[in-house]
Amino acid sequence: MAQTAQSLNHARPPEAGHSVKRHTGLMDWITTVDHKKIAILYLWAGGLFFGIGGLEAILIRIQLIKPMNTFLDAQTFNELITMHGTTMIFLGVMPVIFALMNAVIPLQIGARDVAFPFLNALGFWTFLFGGLLLNLSWIMGGAPDAGWTSYTPLSTSTYSATHGVDFYTIGLQIAGLGTLIGGINFLATIITMRAPGMSYMRMPMFAWTTFITSAIILFAFPAITVGLVLLTFDRILGANFFEVGAGGNPVLWQHIFWIFGHPEVYILILPAFGIISEVIPTFARKRLFGYSSMVFATILIAFLGFMVWAHHMFTTGLGPVANALFSVSTMLIAVPTGIKIFNWLFTMWGGQVRFTTPNLFAVGFIPTFTMGGVTGVMLASAPADFQFHDTYFVVAHFHYVIVGGLVLGLFAGLHYWWPKMFGRMLDEGLGKWTFWTFIIGFHMTFFVQHFLGLMGMQRRVFTYLPNQQFDLLNLISTIGAGLMGVGMLFFLTNIFLTSRKPADAADDPWEDGRTLEWTIPSPPPEYNFKQTPLVRGIDAFWKEKTAGHKGMTPSEPVGSIHMPSATILPFLMSVGIFIAGLGFMFSRDTFSSDALSFLFNNYIVTGLGLLITFGSMLMRSLFDDHGWHIEPEELEGR
Amino acid sequence: MTTAHAEAVKGTLPHEPEKATLEGRNKVLAFWLFLGGEAVLFGTLFATFLALRNQTNDGPSANELFHLPLVAAATFLLLVSSLTSVFAIQAMHRNRPALLRSWLLVTVVLGAAFLGLEIYEFSEYVRHEKFGMTTSAFSSAFYTLVGFHGAHVAFGILWISVLIGQLVRKGLTVVTAPKIYVSAMYWHFIDVVWVFIFTVVYLLGKVG
Repeated sequence: MAQTAQSLNHARPPEAGHSVKRHTGLMDWITTVDHKKIAILYLWAGGLFFGIGGLEAILIRIQLIKPMNTFLDAQTFNELITMHGTTMIFLGVMPVIFALMNAVIPLQIGARDVAFPFLNALGFWTFLFGGLLLNLSWIMGGAPDAGWTSYTPLSTSTYSATHGVDFYTIGLQIAGLGTLIGGINFLATIITMRAPGMSYMRMPMFAWTTFITSAIILFAFPAITVGLVLLTFDRILGANFFEVGAGGNPVLWQHIFWIFGHPEVYILILPAFGIISEVIPTFARKRLFGYSSMVFATILIAFLGFMVWAHHMFTTGLGPVANALFSVSTMLIAVPTGIKIFNWLFTMWGGQVRFTTPNLFAVGFIPTFTMGGVTGVMLASAPADFQFHDTYFVVAHFHYVIVGGLVLGLFAGLHYWWPKMFGRMLDEGLGKWTFWTFIIGFHMTFFVQHFLGLMGMQRRVFTYLPNQQFDLLNLISTIGAGLMGVGMLFFLTNIFLTSRKPADAADDPWEDGRTLEWTIPSPPPEYNFKQTPLVRGIDAFWKEKTAGHKGMTPSEPVGSIHMPSATILPFLMSVGIFIAGLGFMFSRDTFSSDALSFLFNNYIVTGLGLLITFGSMLMRSLFDDHGWHIEPEELEGR
Repeated sequence: MTTAHAEAVKGTLPHEPEKATLEGRNKVLAFWLFLGGEAVLFGTLFATFLALRNQTNDGPSANELFHLPLVAAATFLLLVSSLTSVFAIQAMHRNRPALLRSWLLVTVVLGAAFLGLEIYEFSEYVRHEKFGMTTSAFSSAFYTLVGFHGAHVAFGILWISVLIGQLVRKGLTVVTAPKIYVSAMYWHFIDVVWVFIFTVVYLLGKVG
């Protein structure tokens, strides 16, 4: 609060720009509101959880390497599959998506920061503490074990007596809050913070997909918020939403979960579409084919994505009319998606294609994702789905979409924007090793699972009997998973070796950059643009290049730049929610120590946590943050 | 921002002070977006309630439970509080901080009266009708939907109270105006949600 109170007292420039307190080291990271630093925080935190989820996957595959394996028991296996799915989706890939959005979106639209730097930090810290809470379950009495979908009644206290599912409901609730905050922030940023001349139809495709993804987050996440509240109330307060005996309805959970859960699939894949749409034109040296159709295909996918949720529930017994309608709406999504696939192919057609690492991942993405799309249309056929449902065919399908689609897209994006984020180019040789081991390992792991599923192997079984022709395919699948792990090790080695090199990446290190982020230094200064650029067309930088200009035309004279103050409040708010969640979870437990029982059973711990959170909110409201200024003289020579 | 701030200190507030700065405009826009999310949240709660409203598990049913006169009184209080919050915003646009504070105070008092009636209603159900959170699926859905709304009202009362305090200390400026404006948006939103609760929960419960 010190610097806020300080900025209240002074009478503005020129002292204002210099009176700001600068934090260093750990405090700098905890208090930062700079979107570029928050991007790096998202990347490391997401990377950490991705690693945990990956190790869980390896353990699952080791258990399934041969029939009747005893490497893991059934309970541990259930916990591992639940945590693998939950961690990967909510804590692994979504934060890495947010990392790239934070690193790139303000730069691509020519902004100095996001609309709400404070909320940006708050979104990160709530995600991190939600994720930590969920993973604490491993050491606090057992992880959630009801699958990542946590279907009732399996997930009610009757059938899942440990605190595992409570960690799921409350951990995801807190992490989901962070995602919702991030979504609103990016919507507002893209609506109000675009540089002069950057009309909607001149925005880079990644900015477009971020915009649409944020809109899906806004309208999908509140549904899971409610679902998680209902399940929490059932488990902790004894409510009856899903208790059949007291009039509840377990199918209600499936509806609420998938009304959120299906749009979530598009929250994951649309950013990857955006990344691919940036990488492919750059390395084909051609404008993206069918830009307008790409934009409208994105909007259409988001729109249709909200009306297909019951295709996850064909076998629940909704009846032939509902199943037919949801079949048709699901198949419709293949149309805009197909438009995108052909647009990427036509972008490369006749281009001067360079197969750099990012482009390898992008080009690998196209056929791999298409395979996932094709099995999606197969699954959309309700009669056939009665055969596919809950088999390895489904497992193969969604891994093709999420790993073969999103994760390849994220690899493309990370290799592409790494020099912009860190000022260092990742090694191309190691990058190519990463690509080949990862993609070969991926197809080995999951291609065979299509056939395992068609042959009748159920998903989520912890072992299987020999001589059902499952043995060889499972062995191949496990070897493939190991190869994917090797690919990850190549990537980590690459990051480590790159971090020891000097930060000397050029402004436009790929030399064919088309968008605004390549017009400023790598990594960018904290204010991003010394002068806000004037955008004169789609692919703003490329347009200037073809006109023979070296850089952008500025839209304003060099002037004083207003910056938001660093603050610890977002961190404190998240700590408070974390404590409150933990307290609420154990509010009905009896502890060996009377003092502990008193603190938890009377909601004192919960109250304390909420006090920290609401107290921090109050501080934020009472003490205005006027920020600070960077003066023109400080910008000279930069 | 600084020039607008200086103007506000001198007493010449811009015409729509809540939209005078980029921060203010961002705040109003983001709050509209947030309310979109809130609409989905309450929509899901309404859907849950509609799915479970007849699952009384041999406990009290809606028809036996509800007394419309009490609910009508609560509805009247909340609707009037929405009107007074409109008066508050009008006072803000005419740059009359004292009048603004008074109307906000009336809004808070009406909101608190509404909340008092709701707490009385809940406690009557629990004590005299044996109708608690665990009674039936209907009771769980009822308390969760109406309780979520009540918690929103409680938060709104605290929020607007804090803003009244800030008006006293900081005055009406381009920094405080957007806060008051979005709190009014919030208040109208929970009022609209209540109109749906009155219809779907209480009226439908009595006649449906």
